[in-house]
Amino acid sequence: MTADSSTAVRQRDGVAVIDVVGDVNAGAEDSLETAWAQATVDRPEAVALNFTGTGYINSTGIALIVGLIAKARARGLPIRAFGLSPHYREIFEITRLADFLAISPDEDTAVHGMGESTDG
Amino acid sequence: MTTLTGSLRRRFGRTNALARVPAATAVADSDEVPPVDIAANDPLLAFLQSANGPVDVEALELDSPALAELKLAGVKLAVPLVSQGELIGVLNLGPRRSEQEYSTDDRKLLDNLAAQAAPALRVGQLVRQQQAEARTRERFEQELEVARLIQKNFLPRELPELSGWHVAAYYQPAREVGGDFYDVIPLADGEVGFVIGDVTDKGVPAALVMAATRSVLRAFAQRLTDPGAVLRQVNEHLCPDMPEKMFVTCFYGVLEPTTGRFRFANAGHDVPYVKTAEGSVELRARGMPLGLMPGMSYEEKELVLHPGDSLLLHSDGIVEAHNPAREMFGFPRLMAAVAEYPGGADVIDRVLSDVRAHTGPEAEQEDDITMVTVQRSASSRDPERMLAEFEVASVEGNERLALDRVAEAVAALDLSQPRLDRLKTAVGEATMNAMEHGNSYREDQPVRVRVLHGEELVHVLITDRGEIPQVGTAEEPDLEAKLAGLQTPRGWGLYLIKNMVDEFREITDADGHTLELTMRLGGDDDR
Repeated sequence: MTADSSTAVRQRDGVAVIDVVGDVNAGAEDSLETAWAQATVDRPEAVALNFTGTGYINSTGIALIVGLIAKARARGLPIRAFGLSPHYREIFEITRLADFLAISPDEDTAVHGMGESTDG
Repeated sequence: MTTLTGSLRRRFGRTNALARVPAATAVADSDEVPPVDIAANDPLLAFLQSANGPVDVEALELDSPALAELKLAGVKLAVPLVSQGELIGVLNLGPRRSEQEYSTDDRKLLDNLAAQAAPALRVGQLVRQQQAEARTRERFEQELEVARLIQKNFLPRELPELSGWHVAAYYQPAREVGGDFYDVIPLADGEVGFVIGDVTDKGVPAALVMAATRSVLRAFAQRLTDPGAVLRQVNEHLCPDMPEKMFVTCFYGVLEPTTGRFRFANAGHDVPYVKTAEGSVELRARGMPLGLMPGMSYEEKELVLHPGDSLLLHSDGIVEAHNPAREMFGFPRLMAAVAEYPGGADVIDRVLSDVRAHTGPEAEQEDDITMVTVQRSASSRDPERMLAEFEVASVEGNERLALDRVAEAVAALDLSQPRLDRLKTAVGEATMNAMEHGNSYREDQPVRVRVLHGEELVHVLITDRGEIPQVGTAEEPDLEAKLAGLQTPRGWGLYLIKNMVDEFREITDADGHTLELTMRLGGDDDR
């Protein structure tokens, strides 16, 4: 399938922000892997996933995010998310992703670590 | 005279004494002569009928083929055998062995013998005649029983239970079983075929043609979707083997229970009626009866049966039922009855009662009577309406097509944004599940999606070719186990579906494997 997603990595106040644009599905796997490697190469304070530009996340996308959380936990790296629509926020809660990935309402909050999950 | 008794027994064994009078022939010096039948219009017959005692054949002058034959056979004396004024046979005698003429005493003796033998002979004839008639009746009854059995075995044993519909049928063969038949055929995609037909002729021949028609129609109904095409093919198959002067009238319609859409074609059968809110409507479509000639085409029409509408298929045993004045029940009466009476099984009872009132209670049913009614429920709980039906190829990513089309289909419904989003996610996941697990991502095996609008709810049915239930075998996702590497990171699909919709059901049947998602309209958005 063609990839309908792209990622970009930027640093902000010691936090690596991964902008996830488009669909988070099987087609996003390579892009997310690359972005993760790029985001974590300089040992950031935390990684924040920006879903503002994301329109669709399916169960394969959830599995990819689970993979990122697992990697972050392995490194003791806080992982955060922001820009989720109410629907995907609900899905993150139903799947308990929200227990391991701090969901922030916006980028500022995410970068400054407010509202961080205690379990994360 | 020696062969007289034997000849009498043999000759008078025949039963056609009234039309052709057999003449027992006993001729001296010739024990066996050909029997002589006297034709009904032969003047000899009238002569013997009125003769007073034995008749001297040689002296008789008549323009009679039978007389010539008797003379040729050497018959000298013909003794009429008369019982109750009716000539039932003739005793023919050849020359006496003594070569003397028959004396007056001989003739008197023979006359007395004939007077005594004739009634006994008549009794014997009547007994034989009755025995033969009894055998004929028995054969006829046996044939009727065979015809009844064939008919009975080729009629549906039970009628389908269709949600939101009531189907009823009545079939009563006449004593001489006719060729009526009806059928209800489950088809693909939940559609149902309804058939009513009538074979010309009666008894076993009609029953056999009926059985053949039904079987051929059933086979084509499964292969072709258009009723007109089905009848065309049935006609092509029946034509070569149809007995002379026989044909089949047949109406065939296909109902889509979810929408009420009814497509039909008619091969010269009596026009069915639909009771609607506005009155009776005739379902007319042009087409020749089946089996008459090949290459026929059948016009196809359609209508929607709305809630409360009731379709009546019927056979000519109703409209052609006569009253004592030989007036037929007729189409106008039946059409008026359909408009006036409640639909469904009620109309069957009421029409039967009207037909009996028309013919008189003692009248024997002239022809088979068959009625099938298909009524759409008028209750507040309407049957579901199909909003969309489509297929997507089993190609990774195509779940987006499915969820977008479902969203489009339900756009006009009272579904809040959060609930619409949940439905879309569930549809996407169910479609992925179907493409991957049901169809192994084989592009030539599409996933079928149907969107149905019922009362206060929407149903989405997603069907794949898989035959194995998946829900029971799926592992409940445990995020901690996944993060610990004890479970695959994947496996969220069914979990998401279950949590996104109000109800979730897995169906495995002949159509394949279906996930049925139910979302109530105007439901609570809070979680």
